[in-house]
Parts: sequence; structure tokens; C-alpha cells
Amino acid sequence: MSKERIKIAEELFDIMPAEYQDLVKRATYGNEQRGWKDIGNAKELIEEHSLCAGCPESMAFRYILASLPNPEDTVMVGSTGCTSLVFPHVAVHNIHSLFGNQNAVASGLKRALTVRFPDRHKDVVVLAGDGATVDIGLDMTLQAWFRQEKFTTICFDNELYANTGGQESGLMQKGFVAKMAPVGKTFEKVRLPEIARESGCHYVVNCTVSKPNLIEKVIKNAVNIAREIGPTYLQLYTPCILEIGKNSMEGLQEMRDSEKPTERFAYKEYVSEPAKELLAELAAKEKERKAEAKRQLASQTVTV
Amino acid sequence: MAAQASFIGQKNKKEQVYTDPWHMMNEAARTPSFFTGSEVIKEAVRRASCDIMVAYPITPQSEAAALCGELFAEGYIGDYFRGESEFAVMSQCAGAAFGGARVFTTTAGPGTMRAMENFPMWAGARLPIQMIVTCRGINSPLSIQPDTLEISYLMQTGMLVWHAETAQDFYDWILKGYMVSEEPDVHLPLALCCDGFFVTHTKDMVDLTPVDMCLPPYDPYRSPVPCMDMECPPVRMMRDPFVMKSNYISYATHASWQQEVWAAVERSRKHTIRWMDGLIDTENIDADVLVVASGTAVSQSREAIAILEEEGIKVGLVKVKTLRPWPGEEIREATKHANHIIVPEFNVAGWLAREVSATIPNNNRVHAGPHVCGGMTMPPEIIAAEIKTVLGVKAPSLAGRGG
Repeated sequence: MSKERIKIAEELFDIMPAEYQDLVKRATYGNEQRGWKDIGNAKELIEEHSLCAGCPESMAFRYILASLPNPEDTVMVGSTGCTSLVFPHVAVHNIHSLFGNQNAVASGLKRALTVRFPDRHKDVVVLAGDGATVDIGLDMTLQAWFRQEKFTTICFDNELYANTGGQESGLMQKGFVAKMAPVGKTFEKVRLPEIARESGCHYVVNCTVSKPNLIEKVIKNAVNIAREIGPTYLQLYTPCILEIGKNSMEGLQEMRDSEKPTERFAYKEYVSEPAKELLAELAAKEKERKAEAKRQLASQTVTV
Repeated sequence: MAAQASFIGQKNKKEQVYTDPWHMMNEAARTPSFFTGSEVIKEAVRRASCDIMVAYPITPQSEAAALCGELFAEGYIGDYFRGESEFAVMSQCAGAAFGGARVFTTTAGPGTMRAMENFPMWAGARLPIQMIVTCRGINSPLSIQPDTLEISYLMQTGMLVWHAETAQDFYDWILKGYMVSEEPDVHLPLALCCDGFFVTHTKDMVDLTPVDMCLPPYDPYRSPVPCMDMECPPVRMMRDPFVMKSNYISYATHASWQQEVWAAVERSRKHTIRWMDGLIDTENIDADVLVVASGTAVSQSREAIAILEEEGIKVGLVKVKTLRPWPGEEIREATKHANHIIVPEFNVAGWLAREVSATIPNNNRVHAGPHVCGGMTMPPEIIAAEIKTVLGVKAPSLAGRGG
């Protein structure tokens, strides 16, 4: 839509809320080069949020929203949890319906948008916590992948149920003592990235959100591959600093500590063969675009 | 209506003409056809311009759900797939409706119960999904037989709930159902219920509308809530998420929205009366004894009334067509002369009798029963016997009653 669809009638511009005026003037809808570096310069697609101070989930939200390749035609699906406290502030259409059904909702949504807009890309991105993705919603998470539904699933893995006060989840580490795991969790962290690969995902990444440029890259890859080929899955560590006994300033360090080569969030990636081909094509196009821009710049310089 | 009107007269890819629904349902020539209830569902959906159908096998709706798959293969439905469970299916339907599609699905008994969390969400999100419910037993031990207990749960969800008696009702109401539930001042899901097997698996004469006519497509922008397709501005709909605690505005918003959903159910009344010629049908309501029933209990009651008439006992009949909106005023008016109101039901709980009792003055006139459940049939004789018992007329004992 670029900004055409959010334009305000001139006569009414001044009575619209400041944040909406801002969206019209400074949002990056329609800018194909948008990315995390726009944060701070352009209008972000997230207004102030109600997460805890220093919550890594809020960083993740900003990086993801800044990196979506096509936000003007993207619909997000959330689930119950801390993420559902943020979605009402997000300037792309988003759906919250129930807890754990996000991949089922996204399946119906993506198919409806494909039927209604056969000649356009309408991207669907699921963003839910680990309880929603791996515990209560696991059936629907996997079944959407089996069916090769063409959307991206992002799991904010904080290794517990944060919003309800820190209970054991399937993605929690073995031995961690939490509510509902009074003697420590007795079984291993569920290996969803591996399961995702075996379930038919074409692009799987397991990492933290400590590096915004990395998040930009994996989000763009995941959305582009889902659009053209099939399901993609990102598992992003967004530690709940509150429930693991850290302070507001310590989230970033916690992620850096957890992504060391031997740690559980060391960068892991799987790309299927068709997805590799697509990424190579996109990279070639990007290279060509940059070369063209350079040529144009050079010719302009000559003119001047 | 402007958007719909622009489609009328055009053809879809199956060469069906988008037709003014009132003309299609009330004026166009009908063809008598001999079909099972499941086949009737297929024929109605063929003419309904559905975008998405999601299916899942459960007796007794599996056949209808599979027949709709054939419609998809023939090109009459935009997309069709089998979900992984009823809970997932109803969420898939929600996703499709959020995305602006006209959605159709079917379920039954335990499936309805498994999916239950979705239904108040559908109503609250104002998704005009149509769900056929071919009722069956939901208790243990396992039963696949007809039983209408699940309707009592659906009645509290904020959905429209209609109860078809015959295959003809079913055919007409599927098509009319979309017209009512998609009205902008309604915009609610519809549970169109029937008694499983009795309606789905028996053949009946049904008058079908022309096969080359279909409903105009759904217009998702005639809705009280934005369609989630990024075709309209992604406005920030609330200052704080509704779940934020200790926030009076959140509480007030929740409360008023629930009231609004139920007000929308009431607003459907005027459209439903227009399309369905009233929320109830009545026969001989000046009689001293009335039967009030819904679903196939109405058919059985007609037979019982005929038996009693031969014996000189005059009994009137109220057929309740819609349970939500509840035709309270209509039932009060229809029952005002009756001294005895008999409510036969295909479930153990007697939810219809409770609703009627809560509606009318002097409700000691209501006699809840007879009740059959777990798949038992309801022979007209037991309804006639119940009426005689109420009237103090000696009736011969029926087998199975310990006579």
C-alpha cells in the first residue's frame, strides 16, 4: 500500500492523534530497503509498549517490525502471553484470538488472503511465546508445517510461562526450578528447531536477539521463503529477566552469554534446497540493485 | 448493499449468476429433489459463494463435510482443507473470517464440545462464520446417536443459534443464514443445528433454488470491525491491551462489548423475521394444550397431535425456529391461552423447557418432557401419552415404562 492507504484527508490532518500523523509522515511502509537501522530515524511500527523495563522481548519486537519486508501487506497473528500486551500497539493488522491456536488461525488467514488477493503478496507472520508454540499449541504448530502452510512462525522463547508468573514450559532447561517444577524440570528442553526441520520447515533459525542486523537478515529470509516456498520457523531467545532473577540492564548480557558456541542458543540454521536457491536469487537481485544504484550515483556525479 | 449490488447479474467462474438473494430465495422457480440431509447441505453450499471451508471427520457430519470437498474440487469453493481437530478447525475458520472470507464448516457432538473455546471468541470478534451442527450424544459411554444436549452450550456463546426441523429448513436456512449473519448490525456467527441422522441421513423431498443462481459474494468491509487484510489503516484500536489488570476502562470496555454482542443477537431479530417469516411457527394456538418444540421433536409432535385429534383431544403446536435470538415475546403471546404446555426434547437436560419456563408467566403450565436421549427415537405415542397424563386422561401403558 505504501502510505496511500493510511493517508489522512488534508482538512482532518491536524485533529488526528500525533502518533497517527507520525505514521503517515515517517513510517517506512513501502520502503524496500527498510531495516533495523531505521529505528530512531523513522516512525517505528510499534508505539510505546507495556512490557517490563529492559525486556528483551521489546527489543525483539522492534527489530522484527523494522525488518518485515512488506509490512504494508503483512498480517500478524499472536497468542496469549506477554506478546499479546504489545500487539495492540503495533501498526500492522494483527489477530489475537485464543491461547495456542495461532498457527491454525494463520492457516485460515493465509488461505483467505490468497483466495481474495490471488495476484498480490499478503504475508502472514505468527509471533507467539514458547508456551503457545510448543506446549498448548504444539499440535497446531506442527500440523501447519506438515500441511506446508506458507507463513512464518516466530517463537519468543523465554523458557517459561512469563505472563502467568514463571511456570515450567517445554522449552525450559532441564533442572531449572520454577513454579510447577518445584524440584527442577525433569526433562530436556524440547528440540523444536530439529522438529521443525523434520516437519517440513524450509528455513529454521535458533538464536538470540542480541544482534539487530542478524535479526533483520533472518526475518527477511524467513518471510521471503515462506511467501514463495513453504513454512519457516525462528526460535528467538528473549529471556524473561524478571523470572530468571536479572535486572533491567542485564537482558543483553544474558543473551550474549547464552549464544556462545557451546550454549543452547548458539546460532543454528537450516535451509532447505529450494530455499537456498531462492536466497541465492534474492542475493543476486540485491547485488544487481546495488550495482545499479552505484552506476546511477556515478552518472549523477558526472552531470554535476 | 452497494457493494453487493454491483455483483448482481455478473457470473462466477462456474457460470452461476450472482443473484439478488431475496429473488433467489422467494421468487425464483424451485425444483423438487429427493436428497439426504447431507446432500442438501452440499446443494446449499454450492449456491452460497463460500470462500473457505474447513472440514474434519466426525459422525454424523462427515458425509456433508466430504461432499463439500467435492464442491471444492469442482471449483465452487475458494479453498478447502481438512484440519487436525475441531478446535483447530474452528480456529482456522476464525483466521479465514478475520481475513475477510465467507466461511463454512460443519461439526457434531464431541467435536462441538472440543471446539467450544472458539465460539465465544467468534462472537466477540464478530466473525459471521456459518457452522452446521448435526447434533449427537456427547456423554460417556461413547454414542454416535442423535441427542441435542450440545445446543444448550452453544446458546450461551453469543452466536446465533437456529434449530432446523427438516432438510428443507436446512437448505433454505443455510442460504438465508448468511444473509442475516452478515448484516453489519448483526455480523455474528451462526450455529445452524439439526438432529443428526434424523435429518442428515434420511431422504426427503426438498425444493431447490436454480443451480445457476448463487448468493452475492461476502463483502468484508460491511462489518462493525476492521477486516484483518491490511487494506484499511492499521489503527491503534486501544490505548492499553484489554487484559491489563486493575483498569476500569478495560473492565468497562469488556462489559460493554459483551452487551453489544448480545444486542447484536437481538438486532438479528428483524432480519430473521423478514427472511424466515418469524422466529416461530404456530398451529392451533387457541387450544388448551400446546406442544412447544424445536428440531425433529416438532415432526414427532405433529404425529402425536394427529393421533390425539382422532381421539378428540385438540392440541396446538409452536415450532421454535431460532433459539438465539430467543423468541420470548412470540412464545409468551402464542402460549397465553394454553393451560398445559408440553415440551418434548431429544436430550436429558430439558434445556428448551427451561428456556420456555423462564419466559412465560404462570410457568407451572410447562411440562418438561418427554425426554429421550443417547440416540433413542421419540415415537409420537410417548408424546401423546405424556399429554394424556397431564390432562388426567387414562392412557394404556407403553412398553418399557414398567407397565
